[in-house]
Amino acid sequence: MRASAAPLDEELAKGFWRENPVFVQLLGLCPALAVTNSAINALAMGAATTFVLVGASLLVSLLRNFIPKQVRITTFIIVIATFVTVADFTLQALAPGVHKELGAFVALIVVNCLILGRQEAFASRNPPRAALADALGMSLGFGFALLLLGSIREILGSGSLLGLPLFGPDFEPWVIMILPPGGFVTLGLLLGIFARLKERRERVQRLAGAAPERGMA
Amino acid sequence: MTAREAVPLRMIATLALAGFCSGIAVVGVYLLTKPRIDRNRAEALQAAIFRVLEGASTRTPFALRGDEIVRIEAGGDVLPEDEVVYGGYDEAGALVGFAIPAEGGGFQDTIKLLYGYDPARQRIVGMQVLESRETPGLGDKILKDAAFLESFRDLAVEPQVTLAKGARARPNEVDAISGATISSRAVVRIINRANERWLDPLSGANAAAGPARTAAAEGRAE
Amino acid sequence: MFDLDLGNLLWIFVGACVVNNFTLAYFLGLCPFLGVSGRIDTALRMGLANIFVLTVTSICAWFLNAFVLPHAPYLRLLCFIVVIASTVQFVEMAIKKLSPALFRALGIYLPLITTNCAILGLALFQTNRGYGFIEGIAFAWGAGAGLTLALVLMAGLREESELGEVPDALKGAAMSFLIAGILSMAFMGFAGLFSGTS
Repeated sequence: MRASAAPLDEELAKGFWRENPVFVQLLGLCPALAVTNSAINALAMGAATTFVLVGASLLVSLLRNFIPKQVRITTFIIVIATFVTVADFTLQALAPGVHKELGAFVALIVVNCLILGRQEAFASRNPPRAALADALGMSLGFGFALLLLGSIREILGSGSLLGLPLFGPDFEPWVIMILPPGGFVTLGLLLGIFARLKERRERVQRLAGAAPERGMA
Repeated sequence: MTAREAVPLRMIATLALAGFCSGIAVVGVYLLTKPRIDRNRAEALQAAIFRVLEGASTRTPFALRGDEIVRIEAGGDVLPEDEVVYGGYDEAGALVGFAIPAEGGGFQDTIKLLYGYDPARQRIVGMQVLESRETPGLGDKILKDAAFLESFRDLAVEPQVTLAKGARARPNEVDAISGATISSRAVVRIINRANERWLDPLSGANAAAGPARTAAAEGRAE
Repeated sequence: MFDLDLGNLLWIFVGACVVNNFTLAYFLGLCPFLGVSGRIDTALRMGLANIFVLTVTSICAWFLNAFVLPHAPYLRLLCFIVVIASTVQFVEMAIKKLSPALFRALGIYLPLITTNCAILGLALFQTNRGYGFIEGIAFAWGAGAGLTLALVLMAGLREESELGEVPDALKGAAMSFLIAGILSMAFMGFAGLFSGTS
């Protein structure tokens, strides 16, 4: 794959919607379900992943001409694992409560296919500014997906949002939403909704005579 | 541009360099954050201890080595294989009780708790669940249910702690939580097992001698 | 290290297999779980490859935790991921040599075991819970059995659902997730299995 020639804002935007890591590319699903039992946890995980993805992408992009092809995956993993370790310790020191909620999933960012995937597919082949835009876009997309999942599950499962109760004391929350089955079903339905939206958009474009837009992976 | 094919030496050199830089970064962050992380941990432990031993303001670790309780003085070392309980002392230096950590299987997963025991009166004086993965809304009531937690403020341990079948009738009974029978039963079982382990050795501990001097006395030992 | 407490080991095994199934309760190992085709035999082989990698990882993690990492706790993540990547590489070479047909059947999924969160997750959980050598192996086998169970169930159910009438929007991954949700709910019934003991 050659270096991308698209303008920077398009690189940024594609990660958010058209190539959304969770809803379109189906990457990073483990944390997407595990820590989205509340909106705050979702935001924290999104922030940690952003730190790792942006940092690793920048570094890999800066060093892309020096990393031999055969050892590139190993080098990417070393870079990513370093950033994750840094994020883990920082979170432990500055926000121990959040770290306890996220548990081992902060460390599991290192095997988030999204991050390794972006290094291989983009950061190692593009200059730093493009890599940064791509990383930011994907991070925002990931964070958005997590926040959406987390909010839905928290509102229905705990009757609150960001810790603030929304309904009165008589609201009987759907506890299943903050348990594993709720995560699976919520994501499944959201995927269905996104597929429907995409299908509708493509149909509209076909009817308008334009060729269906490339992308949506 | 993709990087070109490289000779083995270059590959090894790249990996070695990457490993080296990574190592430096990781060690650096570790050293930077360690004091803060340790302090967070000590504060959390201290808060839990003082919550289950009301009135305590300083703490001293005691380790069970073999069958003997050894008091860890300030500057003394806690060995990795030591099981540790904490003696809590009030302002006057009198022993309030021991904070005993215990864990065991609950309904969903392991439950970790801390409970306070007063050897003078042979009563449990407080209990706090530290970690649990019980069902939210049901089993996790062991964290919050007022009547359940209140039972641990003055709980006899002879012959055993048991779950009350209705209202609390005897001093060694704990109020059960409706809808969370198994989780509450698990808590009782965990405490009974810990009692079997600790109560005898603790009755012989030289804890009445007051809190340890200097650093431990200010709770800075951890 | 070899102190065998069978009740505890059984609790660890069954706990990891069904009560807190790695895929359906801890959300680990979702990539192969979703990507599995309707082929039950492939799912089974995938599961077995995972069990092997999990066992080796558990042993290495125990070794690292016991002898190496107490001196350098900050290297935990790096060491674990290197061990996992190497083990997968080794397993890949071994399968290629011993059974080229299996190697072809598993295809891309073999190297993807490296990024399977379940493997690293096992190492991390084992560390957090302070499991010894035998406990670690019981945990790895339980987790592996659970992963295989989830994979096989999902493969079978996907096969069934493909014969049915699925709304267009829900075809593919969405349907898998809905099926997984129901499976997860079913597995919640295993909670409390050993709660009377240990």
